[in-house]
Amino acid sequence: MSGETNPQPSDPTGRRSTPGAALGDILAARKIDPLDVVVVTDDEEEVTATKRVRTGTSVGRGAHSHGPRARILRFIMYAILFVFVLWYLAPVYVLLVTSLKPSSQVTLDKMWTLPWPPSLDGFSAAWTALAPNFVNSLKLAIPAAILSSILGSMNGYVLAKWKFRGADTLFTLILFGMFIPYQAILIPLTQVMSDVGLYGSIQGLILVHIIYGIPITTLIFRNYYAAIPTELLEAAKVDGAGFIRIYRSILLPLSASGFVVVLIWQFNSVWNDFLFAATLTTQPNWPMTVALNNLAGSFAVDWNVQMAGALIAAMPTLLVFIILGRYFVRGLLAGSLKG
Amino acid sequence: MRISRDRATSLLVIAPSVLAIGIFVYGLIVWTGYISTVQWDTLRPDYTFVGLANYQAIFAQNRFLMDIRNTVVFTISFIAASLTIGLLLANFIDRQIRAEGLFRNIFVFPMAISFIVTGVVWKWVLSPGTVETITTAGGSLLVSRPQGVNQLFGLDPASNRWLTDSHVVFLAPDSPLYGFLHSVGLGFLTSPNIGIPIALFSLVIAAVWQMSGFVMVLYLAGLRAIPEELKEAARVDGCTEWRIFRHIVFPLLTPITLSAMIILGHISLKIYDLAVAMTPGGGPGFATDTPALFMWQTAFRDDHFGRGAAVAIVMLVLVAGVVVPYLVWTRRQEVEA
Repeated sequence: MSGETNPQPSDPTGRRSTPGAALGDILAARKIDPLDVVVVTDDEEEVTATKRVRTGTSVGRGAHSHGPRARILRFIMYAILFVFVLWYLAPVYVLLVTSLKPSSQVTLDKMWTLPWPPSLDGFSAAWTALAPNFVNSLKLAIPAAILSSILGSMNGYVLAKWKFRGADTLFTLILFGMFIPYQAILIPLTQVMSDVGLYGSIQGLILVHIIYGIPITTLIFRNYYAAIPTELLEAAKVDGAGFIRIYRSILLPLSASGFVVVLIWQFNSVWNDFLFAATLTTQPNWPMTVALNNLAGSFAVDWNVQMAGALIAAMPTLLVFIILGRYFVRGLLAGSLKG
Repeated sequence: MRISRDRATSLLVIAPSVLAIGIFVYGLIVWTGYISTVQWDTLRPDYTFVGLANYQAIFAQNRFLMDIRNTVVFTISFIAASLTIGLLLANFIDRQIRAEGLFRNIFVFPMAISFIVTGVVWKWVLSPGTVETITTAGGSLLVSRPQGVNQLFGLDPASNRWLTDSHVVFLAPDSPLYGFLHSVGLGFLTSPNIGIPIALFSLVIAAVWQMSGFVMVLYLAGLRAIPEELKEAARVDGCTEWRIFRHIVFPLLTPITLSAMIILGHISLKIYDLAVAMTPGGGPGFATDTPALFMWQTAFRDDHFGRGAAVAIVMLVLVAGVVVPYLVWTRRQEVEA
């Protein structure tokens, strides 16, 4: 059998794809995580010997028969990948080298050169300008993400396990809310926010993010809970457990990774939001994105400061991605592969 | 008795969210629709009914026509480039490459960054630099100081204008197609308003940089869900790798391609952050302007709230035209499953 081998030892969950299941089924299950799924192709031309050794399984036919044509193709593939890597990393390079230059070295003709000696002037100037806004963003994104997740979890529980007549239609109507251009609600939203006295404040912006986060958080949790066998709930019902007890004692203990996915997703989108923040907050309450855009739009600010500011703005979500990338990717899939 | 009490609790739990969506999504959309039919063009709300005058006003504005042209060009090139790159990278990554995780992370990390950061960096990289004329005793001298990509690749900033390029490619009257289009009654297609603004591609580069990794993730999930036996059977029958991809793999990826197109499409129809960060003024001759930017500036900078609402409703109709069929389609699939 050459179609599959054991998952790589480095993969802690050790999940693998189910050969034979239809693509639609697997996608519909929405539990697919390309970071988890390991299917080793059996095309010996494409398989590197090292990979096989690491997976610790016997190799199908002729793993060592690398023809010259296969080698050339493989070389071309790596060359193309490398070009894309350069493209993806070029902006990061510019960010890093520019932010580490002293103002005297930030001239246009030295844009791609390394900073020497490196200087933290840019960072200290950017931090002085942006620190209050950085704090604002934390005060905004953390509560918004937590409250959104709790709300999404309860909604998902109802829509997955307590379906009522028209529940699916209602769900589709809720989902529409995540696709609308927010411009279509922005004008009356500012009116409503100032009527209730929340215009300009961080609290108001938190509320807005929670409301417009309902569709995506409900979607992710609904699909997450749909995968939990209903028999489990039925058994609990027979034992006399009600709506809340089932949630607390069955669903919630199984929800950890769902919460991680949703928390990351919401933290990410709230932290990176610009439109709501720019429209609904005023200066002392600006979050990072608005302050950065303002800083970068000013001709009086040196490039090293702008780039350092951009790096600081990107840092929290980048860190989350680096540490919890697996869950980040699962959120990406959950938010898009709805079935 | 138990069941009905639980049922009541469940409805009570979901009620606040349903109410919030009902008011803040559907209610406010209706309210925006109403605002688009009233006078309101100062800071103070003015609900004098004006019918469709705001819509007539925006469609009479050249800037809005440019925006629609830009949206079409941007959407098509953004989707095409993201899908192509995403599919290519997913295929490569699915081929047992070394350091797979590293490659994957490099391609996906831009998704964790805000469009504002992306825009700030790419604006700098895609600025052409300057060309100055210095007058000396012996005559005038052109001194070019290339910046960003121009500097990196030794290109001349005078001919590689990137974000600042004001050219719009459209059919010249002496091209054969021009006469043909006019003869078949499609002459309007040759209008400069329907051309392709070159500066817009700088925005496309930045947007594709941010989103192609996402498409890669989608395709990678799809590729890894395709049973290996299927490909193996084709191989036994003597199919080449290309034919397997063309006739087996790619058709199986159709649902993913469709999802990706919808998601990228609705992002590009309402793209705002990136345009603000890269060209807050809309670029040369509004070459990089977008409806979202126009809407925001019309309403919140110039206080023409009626007209801003009209732009917003046009945007909503465009997005709904893409998304509603998709939602209905996925809903049906779910019912079948």
